[in-house]
Amino acid sequence: MSVARKRPLRGGGLMRLKGLVHKEFLQIVRDPSSIAIAFVMPIFLLVLFGYGVSLDADHVPVALVAEAPSPDTADFFASLESSHYFAPLHARTLAAAEQALREGRVNAIVHLRANFAEQLRRSDGAPIQVIVNGVDANTARLTQGYIEGAWGNWLARRATGQGQALATPVQLEQRVWFNSELRSRNYLVPGLVAIIMTLIGTLLTALVMAREWERGTLEALLVTPASMTEILLGKIIAYFVLGTGGMLLTVGLAVGLFGVPLRGAFWLLWVCASLFLLAALGMGLAISAVARNQFVAGQVAIIGTFLPAFLLSGFIFDIDSMPAVVQGITHVIVARYFVSIVQTLFLAGDVWSVVLPNALALLLMAAIFLGITWRKSRKRLE
Amino acid sequence: MLIRLLALIHKEFLALLKDPRSRMVLIVPPMIQLLVFGYAATFDLKDISYALYNEDRGTASRELVAAFDGAPAFHRVSTLHAEGEIAPLVDKRAVLVVLHIGPRFSADLQSRGSAPVQVIVDGRNSNTAMIALNYVRAIVDDFNRAWIAAHGLPAPPARLETRAWFNPNLESRWFFIPGIIGMLTLVTTMLVTALTVAREREQGTFDQLLVTPLRPGEILLGKALPGFIIGMVQGTAILLIATLWFKVPLLGSLSALYAGLALFLLSGVGAGLLISSLAVTQQQGLLGAFLFMVPAVILSGFATPIANMPTVVQTITLIDPLRYFLVILRKVFLEGAGFDVLTGQLWPMAVIGLVSLSLASWLFRHRLY
Repeated sequence: MSVARKRPLRGGGLMRLKGLVHKEFLQIVRDPSSIAIAFVMPIFLLVLFGYGVSLDADHVPVALVAEAPSPDTADFFASLESSHYFAPLHARTLAAAEQALREGRVNAIVHLRANFAEQLRRSDGAPIQVIVNGVDANTARLTQGYIEGAWGNWLARRATGQGQALATPVQLEQRVWFNSELRSRNYLVPGLVAIIMTLIGTLLTALVMAREWERGTLEALLVTPASMTEILLGKIIAYFVLGTGGMLLTVGLAVGLFGVPLRGAFWLLWVCASLFLLAALGMGLAISAVARNQFVAGQVAIIGTFLPAFLLSGFIFDIDSMPAVVQGITHVIVARYFVSIVQTLFLAGDVWSVVLPNALALLLMAAIFLGITWRKSRKRLE
Repeated sequence: MLIRLLALIHKEFLALLKDPRSRMVLIVPPMIQLLVFGYAATFDLKDISYALYNEDRGTASRELVAAFDGAPAFHRVSTLHAEGEIAPLVDKRAVLVVLHIGPRFSADLQSRGSAPVQVIVDGRNSNTAMIALNYVRAIVDDFNRAWIAAHGLPAPPARLETRAWFNPNLESRWFFIPGIIGMLTLVTTMLVTALTVAREREQGTFDQLLVTPLRPGEILLGKALPGFIIGMVQGTAILLIATLWFKVPLLGSLSALYAGLALFLLSGVGAGLLISSLAVTQQQGLLGAFLFMVPAVILSGFATPIANMPTVVQTITLIDPLRYFLVILRKVFLEGAGFDVLTGQLWPMAVIGLVSLSLASWLFRHRLY
């Protein structure tokens, strides 16, 4: 085995490397699944999710119940009916509306009691009963907010109709920076780019080293003048080129198809994405080198990549709201750094104070994973 | 025949559990993941960092600021003295919210009865931004109510009285933890099934299996049962963690929940074996597992409601078994549902399971490679 390290000619290194990269490309072309991972998977996933994933509720089904219909109840309901946020459904009794809520046909009930018109003219005001289905707490809050908005509009309209000023002492003027229409797709699509690239990078390499160990082809390579470093470098270069293709495709789709604004510099995104790709490929290679068997490597890839990247990267759930221990765990998730970078580069622009630390973290993660791979692969020789 | 089958199941269990690392992978991560994800998955903001830029010196603004400082979810990280300080702070994500009170706030509030307050929110994560805005609005509403009462202003002619059913405090953790149970169960079935046939194909042992007296149906049963049994054991363990550790209320019928788990495992194992029998190499099996698992999770309604999706995508979700299982989990846990409400969710999973299992067993002999 010592042959592996005694290279006869130092100058032949570049040629050997070219040969190794060529060999990897031949393997990639012969098993269509690698091409599918790099090019088909990103298109399929991004199109499906870009259209499918949204947190913006529209046409929320709401049951409207007036125990004694009158011009006043009709006037209030009109404020809900005219809004595109609601799909109103008139129910005759509260019991019928509650049944609809239980069966999931409506998300909320707005209930006006029989004495609504009469109480409206008294000094303490009329209660409007609202019941929301709280199972999906986020949608429930959103629905509640929409109903409050409709209520506020109705109060204002009614006050001006009677020639009075509405008593709202502190009036909120809200400014949402970077995403003024609060379009959830604008932040979900860049996040999806990060998730999809985690999968591409890791899947491309997770089985590669394990396969060569299992089939004994790595030993065959090692008796050639090529060193382990060169073999690893050959793999990284080949899959890096493939992964870059996939990355350009996803970024292109995010901007071209989904109209997410790219406010930062493209070259900066490219640099950061390359660092991220290196870290993701490194993670795949490390899994492969540690597991040494395709079956276990595949299992680790299934467990260790998708769900952690999906839940712990800040893609959907705010990291600052997690308990300190869990926040600590998120630091080992490679996608976390890239999600932060893409959300900033797409929506805010080149904010160096966000990009730089995260890019350095990516570099560090790439170095750690590739170091593990290198060490684990060498150890087998001794 | 029974002995043959038992021997096969024994062999499949050995193949899964013989390797200590493989054993580890099956048992430990799901428990840890439930604990970590259970704490991570929440839309409730606990620590909103905000900056205050108060140009007003009156008492009213001091009262408003006190309301924010007293709110447990808000945490003031800096106090600004110039408008130019706002942008750099928001840009580098040091604060999520900036509260800007103009110089005439208290005076206007006293003399004209109303005054504006500006709130700036970082919209890079629009969902977090929306939730933070709701929190701000709630504090301002409380302030307004107190102000109206204290200054004898006329109350509005109607007020909202809101109640939430099934989850009175709108804790989003109660919504997500049942979802995580479904996701982890799906991941386990993929782990156990997606690579098995592909591995045997790659190593050539599947051909040996095919020339034994075992019929494809028996091979299928041998491959499916370990996934089913491991899924059941693990499902039970994570159900226990969800109820005992996270204290998510389990109100409905346990038998309906287990019927849902069994049918979900059937469909998950079916999908996994179908992927595995289509794949010739383990690399292809792994790709197939992801091409099924990732859309199954993202389009299941776990984090983003199915009702928000366009109609075409909503139709695609009909073949996603996780979609049905999540409804069952949430309805049984929080709404106290039983079989009567859930039949509409149970039979589609049975159909998905039977179709995928029969296809897989047909492919055992007919897949050419």
